[in-house]
Amino acid sequence: MKRFLLVVAVVALYVLHQDIWFWRSRYLVFGFFPIGLFYHFCFSIAAALLMWLLVTFAWPSHLEREVEQAQREEDVTR
Amino acid sequence: MIPAIVVFLYLAAVVYIGIFAFRRAAGKEQAEDYFLASRSLGPFVFLFSLFGTNMTAFAILGSSGHAFSNGIVTFGLMASSSGLVIPLSIFLIGTRVWALGKKYGFMTPVQMFRDRWECSHIGTVIFAVQAAMLVPYIIIGIMGGGTTLYTISGGVVPFWFGGAIVAMVVMSYVFFGGMRGTAWVNTFQTVLFLCFGAIALTVIGVGMGGFRSAAQAMAASPLAPLLSRERISPFYFFSYTFIPLSAIAFPHILIFCLTARKITQFKKTVIFYPICIMAIWLPCVFLGVMANRVTEIPQIKERQVARATLATQGKTMEPEQRDQLREKSAGDDVIMLLLQQYAPLWLAGLLGAGIMAAVMASDSQILALSTMFTEDVFAFYGGKTRFGEAVQVQTGRIFIILITLFAYIVALQAPETIFELAIQYAFSGFASLSPLLIGALFWRGSTKWGALAVTLWTAAAVVAVAVFQSMVPAPAPSPGSNPNIVFWWLGGTEALSRTPGGTAVFGFMPVVPMVIVSALLMYFVSLATKKPAPSTIARYFGGQHS
Repeated sequence: MKRFLLVVAVVALYVLHQDIWFWRSRYLVFGFFPIGLFYHFCFSIAAALLMWLLVTFAWPSHLEREVEQAQREEDVTR
Repeated sequence: MIPAIVVFLYLAAVVYIGIFAFRRAAGKEQAEDYFLASRSLGPFVFLFSLFGTNMTAFAILGSSGHAFSNGIVTFGLMASSSGLVIPLSIFLIGTRVWALGKKYGFMTPVQMFRDRWECSHIGTVIFAVQAAMLVPYIIIGIMGGGTTLYTISGGVVPFWFGGAIVAMVVMSYVFFGGMRGTAWVNTFQTVLFLCFGAIALTVIGVGMGGFRSAAQAMAASPLAPLLSRERISPFYFFSYTFIPLSAIAFPHILIFCLTARKITQFKKTVIFYPICIMAIWLPCVFLGVMANRVTEIPQIKERQVARATLATQGKTMEPEQRDQLREKSAGDDVIMLLLQQYAPLWLAGLLGAGIMAAVMASDSQILALSTMFTEDVFAFYGGKTRFGEAVQVQTGRIFIILITLFAYIVALQAPETIFELAIQYAFSGFASLSPLLIGALFWRGSTKWGALAVTLWTAAAVVAVAVFQSMVPAPAPSPGSNPNIVFWWLGGTEALSRTPGGTAVFGFMPVVPMVIVSALLMYFVSLATKKPAPSTIARYFGGQHS
C-alpha cells in the first residue's frame, strides 16, 4: 500500500508539472515573482519532499545487503 | 583586467586541487583508483560532484540567455522537470548500478551491458554511439572557456589563448587527479555555482533599483508575455520532461554513480538534487527575464532590436540573414553584461570564476571517455591482460591528452553553432538510450538484440533530425501565428514540421517519439530473440527465471 501511494505521488507530481492553469497568467506574486515561475519554484520544493518520502519509505536496502553478502562470499573465497 | 586576474587565480586553484588529489591517491597505477577514486567518495563530495558533473555552461549562461529570449518558461522547461526526473532516475537506476558495480566490479555502463546480455561487439557499438554523442560537449566546453576569458578580460586574452588555457587546466587536473581530482574540483565548482546565483541576484537587484519596479514595469509593457508561457505550446512543454531522462544515460553520470563509498550516500543526493537545481537555475532565469528591462546596456538593446526585427521581418529574409539575426539576438552573455554593469570589479571577477566553473564542466566527460576507452576497448580487446594495469592507466592518461588536443583543434576551426546543435541532438539521443538501462535492470526478458535495436535506432534518429534541420532552414518566429514549415501532413495534422527552435513530430519534440520507439524496440525485439542464460539472469534478478 505504501509503495502504491508513493507511485501515485510520483505520477501526480509529474502531471502537476504541466500547469496549464497558469499558462497565460502574468500575475506577480509579492509584486515581483511571476506566478508561472513561483509555481515551479514550489514544484521544486515539492519534488525534494517527494524524494525525501521515497528515501524514507522505499529505500532499496536489499541492494546494500546483497553487496555485503557478495563481499563476505568473496572474502571467504580468498 | 582585475576580473581576468581573479579568474586566473581560480584556474590555478583548480590545478592545485588536481595535483593534491594525485598526491593523496593510494594506488596511482590501479585502474579502479584512477578512474573511480577507489569507489570511496563520501556523501558531501558525492552530492556536489554528481550535481556539478551534470551542470554545464548552459546552467548559467544558456539558461539566462534562453530566459532573456523566451521568458520564465525556461525554468519549467529545463529546471523543475529535471528536479523531478533526475533524482528519481538516480534513486531507481543509479543505486542499482552502484550495487552491481560493487558486486561485479563494473567501471563503465558498457561492461554491465556486456555482462547482462552476454554480448561483446554489441557493447562496442553502444560505446561508439555514446562516445560520438559525448565529444561535442568537450569541444563546446573549450569554446565556452575561450569566449568567457575573452569577454572577462575585455578582449586582452584572445579566443585561441583562452581556449588553450582552459584545455590545459582541465587536462592537467583530469590527467593527474583522475576521478578523485575531478570530483574534488567539481565539488569546489558546485559550491561556487551555488554562491554565484545568490550573490548575482542580490548585486544586480540592488543595481537595478529593486526587482519589484522592474517586474511591474515589464508587466505593463509589450514584453509582458515573457512573464507567462503563452509563447510556448503545452505539447512542447510536455516534450521537455523527456529530456532529463538523458541524465542517467550519460556515461559520465553513471560512472559517477559507481564512485560512492556506500549506497546511503545516494540519500542526500536524491533529496537535495531538486533544491540544488532550483538554487542555480531560478536566479539565472529570473535575471535573464529581468535583463529585458535594462536600458543602460547598449548590447542588450541591440539584442532586443535583433529579436524584434526577426519577428517582424524574418519571413521575408533569406535563411542566412535569419541565422545572423538569430545569433545577434541570442542572450547567452546577458548575465556577464549585467555583472559588468552592476557589480564592483573584484566581485565581477569572482562571479566570472563561477561562470568559468560552469564552462569547465567538460572534465567529467573527458574522464568518462578515457575510462570507457581503456575499459571497453583497450582492456576488453586484451590490452590489460597483455600489458598490465599500470599500462592501462597510462593509456587512459595519454587518451586524455589526445582527446583534449583534438577538441582544442576542432574548437579553433569550426563554428560554435554546429556543436551547440550537436549537443541539442545528444540530449535527445541519450534520453533515447535510457530504455537500455531500464531493460537491463528491471526486465528479465530483455536481450542483446533489443539493446542493439535501441542503439541503432538512436543513432539513426539523431542523424535524421540533424539532416532534416540542416536541409530545411528554420523559419522566423512569428508571435500570434503559426510559423512552422510543414513537411508532412497526416489527416489534417502537422506530422513533421520545422519550427523556429527545431523540429516537431505531431507537435512534440523529436525526443518523445525517439524514446517511445526505443522502448517499443527493446520490448518487441527482445520478445522475439534469445534470452541470456538463466544463470546470468539469476545474477541480476535472483533465483526466478523468466
